[in-house]
Amino acid sequence: MLDSLNPVSSCKKYGVSLWQCPQFLFLVMGIVIIIAIIVTYFLTTLRVGDPSIVSLLVLGVGAFLLIMNFIITNSFERMAEASKLKSEFIHIVSHQLRAPLTNIKFSLDFLNSAKMTQTKEQQQEYYDILKENSDRMNDLIDNLLTVAKIESGSFPLSKSEVFIENIAQKLIQKFKPFATASNIKLMIFSADHSLKVLADPLWIEQVMENLLDNAIKYTKGGGEVSVKVYQKKKKVFYEVHDNGVGVPKKDQKFVFQKFFRSNNSFKKQTGGTGLGLHIAKRIVEKTGGEVGFFSKENRGSTFWFSLPIK
Amino acid sequence: MKKILLIEDEGALQKSLGDTFRGAGFEVLSALDGEAGERLAKKEKPDLIILDLVLPQKDGLDVFQALKDDPITKDIPVVILTNLERIEHVEKVLEMGAKTYLVKSNYTLKEILEKVNQVLSSQSQ
Repeated sequence: MLDSLNPVSSCKKYGVSLWQCPQFLFLVMGIVIIIAIIVTYFLTTLRVGDPSIVSLLVLGVGAFLLIMNFIITNSFERMAEASKLKSEFIHIVSHQLRAPLTNIKFSLDFLNSAKMTQTKEQQQEYYDILKENSDRMNDLIDNLLTVAKIESGSFPLSKSEVFIENIAQKLIQKFKPFATASNIKLMIFSADHSLKVLADPLWIEQVMENLLDNAIKYTKGGGEVSVKVYQKKKKVFYEVHDNGVGVPKKDQKFVFQKFFRSNNSFKKQTGGTGLGLHIAKRIVEKTGGEVGFFSKENRGSTFWFSLPIK
Repeated sequence: MKKILLIEDEGALQKSLGDTFRGAGFEVLSALDGEAGERLAKKEKPDLIILDLVLPQKDGLDVFQALKDDPITKDIPVVILTNLERIEHVEKVLEMGAKTYLVKSNYTLKEILEKVNQVLSSQSQ
């Protein structure tokens, strides 16, 4: 009971800072009003100073209250906005989960029907669909948990020395068979093997993998993907260039937004969750770096990040 | 043999629905995005179209409108099969002349097959 009267703890519960929290701001405003009234009262009854000081004080208090009110209305708006985003989020997530779930449902449905006429190979294809779609749901949930952790601020990133080029070479080896199978030439250009940064090795590798994986996925039907690791000023750059489908101009400002998937992402080949780049951006920024891209539709894209050199 | 056009971007659904309809003696055509679906509908003039509403390249609603605007395709019965179940979507496509609106997660393959047969038999009367 008493706890609910304590504005500081209830603000903490909602995860907003004190100066954006209506409960706390109201309390501050109340205290200021009381003090102002008492001071004005004494100033007038004791007839200290001239009346212009008193009216100045009243004006000052009025201005202060106006500003406070403005901040409070603003913070209410922000909370309403957050709640709207949450319900949109739930809507999108349920839809995203439903697609693979429907695939699973219909595949099971098929396997259960007309068993006599199905060949072993045909059944195997359906088992593959089952596996692929349960993996897809799993990926989505993993990504969602990561986003939730990042947003609540409880996302621990360790810091240790990481050689960017080492990871890049490792990823190139990992993706080579996949790229060759998709008729894509995979190349790496690196000037300096000793470029290292301070970062969480697991997560930075995940970011690098995500950029490379995207480049290969969106280079539909063959092409070239190249990775560059280089130093510019006091930063290490990791850059992935492809000559794939590119991002249409109208979609470019949404690329790092949660759940955004460009219309030309050829959904069939690329079962993405729309969260990879969003997570990548948040991780790089939390590590003290920058992320960006340039892209031209049907010509290709270059996605990059930079981190301060160690 | 009746010809069905399946406009659906999920490969897995193309497969399970396609196999089911082929097993029931239909000829099945597949389109994985809205534009390809519209093109195929005009070229092949199928007996029935199963259309998803969320599609790449061209939205299902736009494809539907384009089919209705074209004298060649305007009389082909269209069955909407989607996961969108917002009432305004249902009302809109039924108003535009869709034969049935099926929400994917509420139907089995067998029920979808039955619905399609129903629509086709009412069409031939």
